[in-house]
Amino acid sequence: MANSPKVGQISKQDKMRQLMGQYGIGVVLLIMMIVIAFMEPRFLTLDNIINVATQISINGLLCYGLCICITTGGIDLTVGAQLALTSCIIGQTMTNWGWPAFMAILAGVAVATAFGFINGCLIAKFNMFPFVVTLSMQLVIRGLSQVITGGKAVMITNEWFAKIYSGKFIGIPMPIIIFIIVTIIMYLMLHWTRFGRYIFAVGGNVNAAIASGVSRFWVLVGTYTISGLLAGLAAMIYTSKTGAAQSNIGVGYETDAIAAAVLGGTSFAGGIATIPGDVLGIFIIGLIYNGMNMIGVSSYFQSIVKGLIIIGAVMLDMVMNKNNH
Amino acid sequence: MDGNTNKSEYILSCENISKAFGGTQALKGVQLHVKPGEVHALMGENGAGKSTLMKIVIGLYKQDTGTMEFDGKPYQAKGPVDAINCGISMIHQELNPEPHLTIAESIFLNREDTNGILLNKKKQNERTQKILDDFGFPYPATTLIRDLKLADVQMVEIIRAVSTNAKMIIMDEPTSSLDDQETKHLFKTIRDLKAKGVAIVYISHRMAEIYEICDHVSVFRDGEFIGEGELNEITNEDLIAMMVGRKVENLFPKVDCPIGDVVFKAENLTGDGFENISFEVHAGEILGFSGLVGSGRSETMKAIFGLDPATSGKMYLNGEEITVKDPADAIKKGICMVNEDRKNFGLCLHRSIRENISLPNLPARQKGILLNQAREKKECEEYSKLLTLKAASIEHSAFSLSGGNQQKVVIAKWIMAGPKLLIMDEPTRGVDVGAKAEIYTLMCKFAAEGMAIIMVSSELPEVMGMSDRIIVYNEGHISGEFMREQIVNGSVTQEDILSKAFGV
Repeated sequence: MANSPKVGQISKQDKMRQLMGQYGIGVVLLIMMIVIAFMEPRFLTLDNIINVATQISINGLLCYGLCICITTGGIDLTVGAQLALTSCIIGQTMTNWGWPAFMAILAGVAVATAFGFINGCLIAKFNMFPFVVTLSMQLVIRGLSQVITGGKAVMITNEWFAKIYSGKFIGIPMPIIIFIIVTIIMYLMLHWTRFGRYIFAVGGNVNAAIASGVSRFWVLVGTYTISGLLAGLAAMIYTSKTGAAQSNIGVGYETDAIAAAVLGGTSFAGGIATIPGDVLGIFIIGLIYNGMNMIGVSSYFQSIVKGLIIIGAVMLDMVMNKNNH
Repeated sequence: MDGNTNKSEYILSCENISKAFGGTQALKGVQLHVKPGEVHALMGENGAGKSTLMKIVIGLYKQDTGTMEFDGKPYQAKGPVDAINCGISMIHQELNPEPHLTIAESIFLNREDTNGILLNKKKQNERTQKILDDFGFPYPATTLIRDLKLADVQMVEIIRAVSTNAKMIIMDEPTSSLDDQETKHLFKTIRDLKAKGVAIVYISHRMAEIYEICDHVSVFRDGEFIGEGELNEITNEDLIAMMVGRKVENLFPKVDCPIGDVVFKAENLTGDGFENISFEVHAGEILGFSGLVGSGRSETMKAIFGLDPATSGKMYLNGEEITVKDPADAIKKGICMVNEDRKNFGLCLHRSIRENISLPNLPARQKGILLNQAREKKECEEYSKLLTLKAASIEHSAFSLSGGNQQKVVIAKWIMAGPKLLIMDEPTRGVDVGAKAEIYTLMCKFAAEGMAIIMVSSELPEVMGMSDRIIVYNEGHISGEFMREQIVNGSVTQEDILSKAFGV
């Protein structure tokens, strides 16, 4: 994080505050887990933890895409619609056209990636606002998925494909494996490659980035393309889970992904984010759903609680980090 | 302070003010006493605590200890608006104008004329026009801020401060973006304000200005109050010694080194704001560019660096013709540029010093597709040491540094790139005396190693003190050229360069 502690004699109080500033979100996560576990002992069982991890993989992938878009100073509102389009392409090609599962997945993910590329080009080449571009594009993408399936659900019976969600590798569910692999790749990309540095630079100060030889165009195009690719992968897991392709899925999924990114310390001002932070954010969002389901909170209240927790957590973060500015 | 028996003598008095940020003690029990109708210079190196104290005065920060008195009453502003209501306005170094507002809207921001709830623009414009006319400001009140020159934007800020009936105005480096003529105009305004009994706290790093416009000086160093006095009783050398805590032997430590072959040559470069510019710069040479702000110097440099490419003309690097389509291209070819606008074009303030230094230098520091962060870290540390960067760690954000150290980060990043031609546009803007001398020394060192350096500067003493050769601009054209010998032997003076700059 950019706001690393200052040296010199640091009072105990300041030290505490800095610690909270850096790990405040982790503390929130811990408190949530303790409270939920106290109310529902089943919560801390291995089965349930694996269950949560499996469920968060979809939001997790979307969150990484959103995180890098937000870090460049933009946003990608198309991810929910991308989920539907990829799902419909996979269903259509596999069930109705008889394509092998692998080819169907490839086609679906490729289309999502291509739409990400288009988003990036529109934003970078024509200097359009990311919010406007992706808000409009999600209508186009959603519409396209309805055109493809005629608005009807397409059943998918391919067993190999179903294993993407239900299968296990050395006892770990496949979605968790995929999530871990993507997390590692995203971590390396953002914190250990040139491209990651350029994302931070473009988001932190685009003029300074350009004046340091960074290509704004390719950074933005790359970022939105990756977001598209990740949405495509998330759609693959989602479709495998439900066993059906539908054009009305993924509505509002960008909200959870944005929430996870913001909880994880991604700054809407651009230029500040970490993948480990995102992981915490993703888990918090997942736990809100899982925990509240387990203690039997109705879904209407879940939405309210989720909103309040996000505001509270971000507020905590702001208060804790105030001294660093 | 002696003789503070009569408190009412001062418009503002601050006693024993301390402030800490985290573990850093920014102010250690400092004092400040300003009389009405006095231009009070506040001096010290960057990071000495001047800005922190001023921010406490206008209520942006709250002091840990200490008390303030303003206009004979205990004073503690809750924020800038409160400070303005009490009679203290501050004109910030980085002007923060709303470009889409008109002058009238800008001046009456937060205290608009209304008919009940609706704005009364007509009345507001009339009132503003009257104020502008009083100041002799030659624009209609309905002019948009974005259509004004930087100096005029600053004038608007001053007019706004005065129109709030401020009893004291704080000016933080008000001349850093003004040329000589505009500075003269500002000084006239300051003298008028003084005559009306308004106190001015004047922060600047430019010695000549301090002696020209200020009456009294308070000096801070490392968060401590060092001393104060009447300026006509303190010599330049003493003042510098007070600020840096040691004697700065030579303000411009120019070292002559052998001048080699032509590194870069421009031929009839033409673009937005400059026309038919031809010049050469040699290895080991520091080529100064002088002229008024807006005369096309910076635009020429931006064209060479590819930020705003020229429309016609040729460029040669080491004898070969080159085209530069963007900064990435320029950097690859060995042309680097320290931009005059550090905040917007120099640094990603919230990223670490390390990331800022290495940003243009990453391609060469990869292991496969991943970055070699160990090597990156080591090299960034070497370069920050080379540039005598004062930072506790290179992992701290650039935001946490003082202006002089931020500038060193920018320079470090370009030195690490190993340029053949280094363009430095206003290399010491907002940099304190001590750091200035260090930057000059480094420039000489890099030149001695065979680098060609172009230095654009609005400060005549700097151009004259550091350049091997000076090119003077006037309205987009080269209007004169002088050699170092002419300056050293006194056959060319400031006036000669100025008259070329004004096109006389």
